[in-house]
Amino acid sequence: MKIAFSTSGETLEAPLDSRFGRAPKFILYDLERDYFEVIDNRQNLNTSQGAGIQSAETIARSGVGCIVTGHCGPKAFRVLSAAGIAVYNCGEATVADALKAFREGTLKTMDSADVEGHWI
Amino acid sequence: MSGARIEELVVISGKGGTGKTSLTASFAVLAADAVIADCDVDAADLHLVLAPRVLERHEFKGGHEALIRKEDCTGCGLCRVYCRFDAIGMVREPNRRPTFAVDPVSCEGCGVCVRFCPVKAMDFPERVCGEWMVSDTRCGPMVHARLGLAAENSGKLVSIVRREARRIAEEKGKEVIIVDGPPGIGCPVISSLTGASQVVVVTEPSVSGEHDLERVLALTKHFSIPTAVCVNKWDINQEMTERIEKMSCGAGARLVGRIRYDSAVTTAQLRELAVVETDALSAEDIRSVWDNLGF
Amino acid sequence: MILAVASGKGGTGKTTVSVNLARQLGSGVQLLDCDVEEPNTNLFLDCTEPEEEIFGIPVPCVDEALCDGCGECGRFCQFHAIVSFGTKPVIFPEMCHGCGGCMAVCPKRAISEVSQRMGLIETSRSGNITLIQGRLDIGVSMAPPLIRAVKARLQDGMPAILDAPPGTSCPVIATLRGTDMVVLVTEPTPFGLHDLKLAVDMVRELRIPFGVVVNRMGIGDDRVYAFCGKEGIPILLEIPYDRRIAEICSRGELIVDALPEYSSLFATLLWNIKELRGMERRASYVRSAN
Repeated sequence: MKIAFSTSGETLEAPLDSRFGRAPKFILYDLERDYFEVIDNRQNLNTSQGAGIQSAETIARSGVGCIVTGHCGPKAFRVLSAAGIAVYNCGEATVADALKAFREGTLKTMDSADVEGHWI
Repeated sequence: MSGARIEELVVISGKGGTGKTSLTASFAVLAADAVIADCDVDAADLHLVLAPRVLERHEFKGGHEALIRKEDCTGCGLCRVYCRFDAIGMVREPNRRPTFAVDPVSCEGCGVCVRFCPVKAMDFPERVCGEWMVSDTRCGPMVHARLGLAAENSGKLVSIVRREARRIAEEKGKEVIIVDGPPGIGCPVISSLTGASQVVVVTEPSVSGEHDLERVLALTKHFSIPTAVCVNKWDINQEMTERIEKMSCGAGARLVGRIRYDSAVTTAQLRELAVVETDALSAEDIRSVWDNLGF
Repeated sequence: MILAVASGKGGTGKTTVSVNLARQLGSGVQLLDCDVEEPNTNLFLDCTEPEEEIFGIPVPCVDEALCDGCGECGRFCQFHAIVSFGTKPVIFPEMCHGCGGCMAVCPKRAISEVSQRMGLIETSRSGNITLIQGRLDIGVSMAPPLIRAVKARLQDGMPAILDAPPGTSCPVIATLRGTDMVVLVTEPTPFGLHDLKLAVDMVRELRIPFGVVVNRMGIGDDRVYAFCGKEGIPILLEIPYDRRIAEICSRGELIVDALPEYSSLFATLLWNIKELRGMERRASYVRSAN
C-alpha cells in the first residue's frame, strides 16, 4: 500500500506540514517496496477556494490508501472519504517520525474534519 | 508548521471608513520591527502613509477567461446560448457576417462556451487579475497588492499576501505581522483572519457601525480567534459607544480602548505620516490601545 | 432613470447620499441596497415589515441510477464544486457558480439542477421609497447573482437609486452594469482621492456617465478638486463637514429630516444629476448623428 504525507520538503527528514489543503508537497511512500516519490502541490497553494478539494483530488488520483497530515478541513475530508482514503491525524515533526508512528500503529484515523474550512 | 512563534495581528472593521488603515499605520510604527501586510487589496491605501519602496513585483493570476478568435468564429451564436452570465455580445461589422465576442468584465470563467464551440474558435487563457509586491518601508518590510478591475479572486490574493508576509517574517526572524484587513465579512475577510493570533475590530459609534460589528463578531467567533474591539471617534455618539462596548463584551470580545474624534488624523494623512508620528491628541489614545493589545 | 451611488473607498457616505436623495425626490422611487454583504439602508428608514423572498442559485444534483462515475463533470468544473472518482460525484454547492457546465457535459444526462439558498431579498416601504435589499447568508461569498436578482426587481418607468458596495470588484460591476448614471462619493483626503481614481477607471471602462459628490468638504485638501478639474469630471455636490451631520448619521436619521437647512443640498444634487443627464443625452445624440 502507498501512503501519503503532507510536507514542505522532499526527503523523509522534511517537516510534516500540518495543513492538508495548502501543503506545498506530498511524499508518497510505498510500504511494500520502501520507496518514495514526491508530488508537487504548489499549484494549489495559490488557490483561493477549493485548495482542500484539489489536494484531495490529487491524492485520490495518486492511488494511495491513506494520508497522514496535521489537519483536514470538511471539504477535503468529504472527497477523501468518497475516494475511500483513510485520513490519519498526526502531530509528529517530520515525515520520518510520522512514518514510524504509522508503522507502530499509534496513529488515529479521523472520522470527521477537525478544522473549519479556510484554515491556513 | 511555523518554527518560531510569530504573532499575527489582523485589523478589520466590517464597515468601511472607520479609520482602520490609519490605525494600522500607527500600529506598524509602534511595533517598530514588524512585517506589514496590506490585505485590503481592493482599495489598498496603507502605502499612501508608509511610502513603500518596491523591491519585487509579481503577477497575480486567478481563474481563466474565455476569448473568441474572431477570424475563426462562424457566428453561430451557440456560445451565447450556453452562457449564463450574459457575457457574450454580437459584433456587427459592415460587409461581414456578425461574429461574437466575450465581455471580459462579465465572463465568469466557467469554460462552458469554450467546451461547446462547434468550430473550436475559443481560447481559455489564465487571467491576470492584479499584482503583489514586496517592499521596504520606514517601519519594516511590507507586502501589498493591487487587484485589477472587476477581479474576483481577492480571497486568493489576500492568502498570497499573508503567506509572503509570513515567509519574510520567518526569514528575517521578525516576531510580529500586522495585517490591514479588507472591509466587509465576505471571502477576503475570512482569508485575512483565519489562523491569526488576534483580531482587532475598529468600529465607529453609528447604527451602521453597530450592525456591521455584530456580523464581524459572529465571524471571528465562528473561527475562534481572540478578538479585541476599539471604538474610533467615540465622542461622536457616546450613548452608541457604550451600547457597542456592551454588545462586544456580550459577544466575548475584549475592549482595548476608545479613540477620540480628531481632525488631526486627516492632517497626518495629508503629511503622509502615521497619527502617532505627529503630536495629534488622538495619538495618545492610539498608544494606549496598542499597549492594551499587548504586542 | 436608474442611478447608482458608488465609491472606491468604504465609509465615504454612499448610503447617506442614497437615502437622503431618495427621500428628497418626494415622488415614488425604488431604492435598491446592493451591498448584499452588509445591507443597512433599512437602518436609516422607518420601514414597513419586509416581505421576504428566498433567493437561490441552481446547483447540480446527480441521479445515481444514471451516473456511471466517468468523472467528466469533475474534470470540467473550473470551481471544484463537483468531484468524482468512479462513484457518484461529491458536490459542494457553496463553491458552485451555477454555470450549468457539469449538466451539459454529462454523457449520461445524469445531472439536473436544484436551487441552493444564498440569501434573502427583502422588500419594504417607507413613504415615497420602496426599499429592496439583498441579504447574503453568513458564510456565502458570491454576491453577484444575488445583486442581479435584486436588480431584476427594477420596475420599468419608475426611477431607481442603487446603493453599491464599496470597491471596484465584481459585486460593484454587477451593480453598475446597465445603470444610466453613477454618482461617486468621495472625501477630500489622500485615501479618498486614491480610491476615487480607481472608481473613475472602473466607470470609464463601463462607459457610464458619472459625476462626483465630495463629502466632508473642508477636512482635507484640494487634490480631489484638482483631479476632477483636470479630468473634466463634474462635481455634483459638496457636503460640508459638520459634526452634526456625523451625529445624525450615527443615530440613523436622515439629514433632510433632521437638519432642514441642509435639505437644499440634496435638491441641488437632484438638479445637477438631471442637468448632467440632459447633457449626456445631447452629447450621445450628437455622437450618433455623426
